[in-house]
Amino acid sequence: MKLIIATIKPFKLEEVREAVTATGVRGMMVTEIKGFGSQSGHTEIYRGAEYAVNFVPKVKLEIAVPDSLADEVVAVIAKTAKTDKIGDGKIFVLDLESALRVRTGETNEDAL
Amino acid sequence: MLNTLKISGAAGLAALMAAPAMAQEAGPVMDKGDVSWMLVSTILVLFMILPGLALFYGGLVRSKNMLSVLMQVTMITAMVMVIWVVYGYSFAFGGGEGPFWGGTAKLFLAGVTADSMAATFSDDYVIPEFVFIAFQMTFAAITPALIVGAFAERIKFSAVLLFTAMWVTVVYFPVAHMVWDANGLIFNMGALDFAGGTVVHINAGIAALVASIIVGPRLGLGKDMMAPHSMTLTLVGAGILWVGWFGFNAGSNLEANGGAALAMINTFTATAGAILAWAAVEAIMRGKASMLGAASGLVAGLVAVTPAAGSIGPVGAIVLGGLASTACYFFVAVVKNRFGYDDSLDVFGIHGIGGIIGAVGTGIFTAPGLGGVGGDDYSIASQTWIQIEAVAITIVWCGVASAVLLYITKAITGLRVEGDDERRGLDLSSHGEQAYHS
Repeated sequence: MKLIIATIKPFKLEEVREAVTATGVRGMMVTEIKGFGSQSGHTEIYRGAEYAVNFVPKVKLEIAVPDSLADEVVAVIAKTAKTDKIGDGKIFVLDLESALRVRTGETNEDAL
Repeated sequence: MLNTLKISGAAGLAALMAAPAMAQEAGPVMDKGDVSWMLVSTILVLFMILPGLALFYGGLVRSKNMLSVLMQVTMITAMVMVIWVVYGYSFAFGGGEGPFWGGTAKLFLAGVTADSMAATFSDDYVIPEFVFIAFQMTFAAITPALIVGAFAERIKFSAVLLFTAMWVTVVYFPVAHMVWDANGLIFNMGALDFAGGTVVHINAGIAALVASIIVGPRLGLGKDMMAPHSMTLTLVGAGILWVGWFGFNAGSNLEANGGAALAMINTFTATAGAILAWAAVEAIMRGKASMLGAASGLVAGLVAVTPAAGSIGPVGAIVLGGLASTACYFFVAVVKNRFGYDDSLDVFGIHGIGGIIGAVGTGIFTAPGLGGVGGDDYSIASQTWIQIEAVAITIVWCGVASAVLLYITKAITGLRVEGDDERRGLDLSSHGEQAYHS
């Protein structure tokens, strides 16, 4: 099994969710994060006091998938989240050692 | 009209009297319309403090310090109200003949009953003295509450209370007496201060400037993110301040008549001019007009019109508001950073500078040629000079006294919280609570 960690632009979340669930994936975890990469932040000014805000809001997805689906899900996310502008995000794939469904006790691929 | 202001015991104090037998004598009468208006005005000024000022300031600080600001404003209000009833009213308006002090005749409001009457600007009309006491009480409470903006996010709670108690005693009550009591030094110079440009705003502004320097800047100033945590609440507070300010200004007329109407319309137009000016200047200087700027302009305009509300014209008010707002913008955005004093919520930049410009501008815009109520013999030069003298006396009295009191407070309670407590936030370290739990 693999754990896919993807950062995307927040407004892309709904589109990506729809595309990913269409591949057969039945769940994902979503976190609101801030971060920076090539995309720079912005400046705010309050009564002459200037603040550099170096972080940009993003959305992080964590999706556990069986090995067979991993490449497809990565490709689907990459295609849907792309806007051709700086800050589109990154996708990482980690090996997932085990999984368990709490309600039934099913393990590994049966839990996904 | 300007001459009768002085003669008729303006500020309602020279002719305090008990009038139980009004029906039989052909003396001054109590008009229920005046009393209704003054009762409402008094409540409006309380509304300005809680939650108006509390939210305006609270939204401007970081969320970890929100409750400390609300708490300081609340506790100052309660404490000063008690002090006012015990000795503040007497020191300010107790009927004593000295130029600086009202005496002790009305300690604990001695002798005042529900039938006691206080004078208004009209010889023929009086209002219940309790109404006047309550109305002035709200002014005494809001003035020290304004100062908390200077040392927000780092001041010790006990220091706030101790400093406030001493400050109202030695600064507010004497200045209120000097400016508004018929025996007061500044009143008898002929200075015009309708609703407290000197007594409230310059006082608060100068104390704030001195305090921000003596207390020192916040840890992390210039490096940490110190942006307002809720501009939304700040605008809520600003809106409440504007609405309540009609009680502050138009209520200072003491009657419900044309004078109050003039103060009311000035409180609209000056504020409008000030909002537009700040937004315009900001759009020019940094490319975008901000909500914080508009809200700041709003308050600056209200501050500037406070001394002038009863004697200038509504169109002159637009100009006065615009000028004061522009000046305040520069003090807040440029001067403060150049000199490096951490007047966190710009009490000096807005109340101090706005008050000074408003007080001096009153001398100019009261001229009949500029729409004001001045008589045919009105001299802009001589009245403006008197205004400048009044401002100077206030600045010196308040500045020196505030500095001394701050050092006394430092010796007794200390001024700042410990560094770690400041970083944790005053809500947790001083009050054991959190404003928001996510």
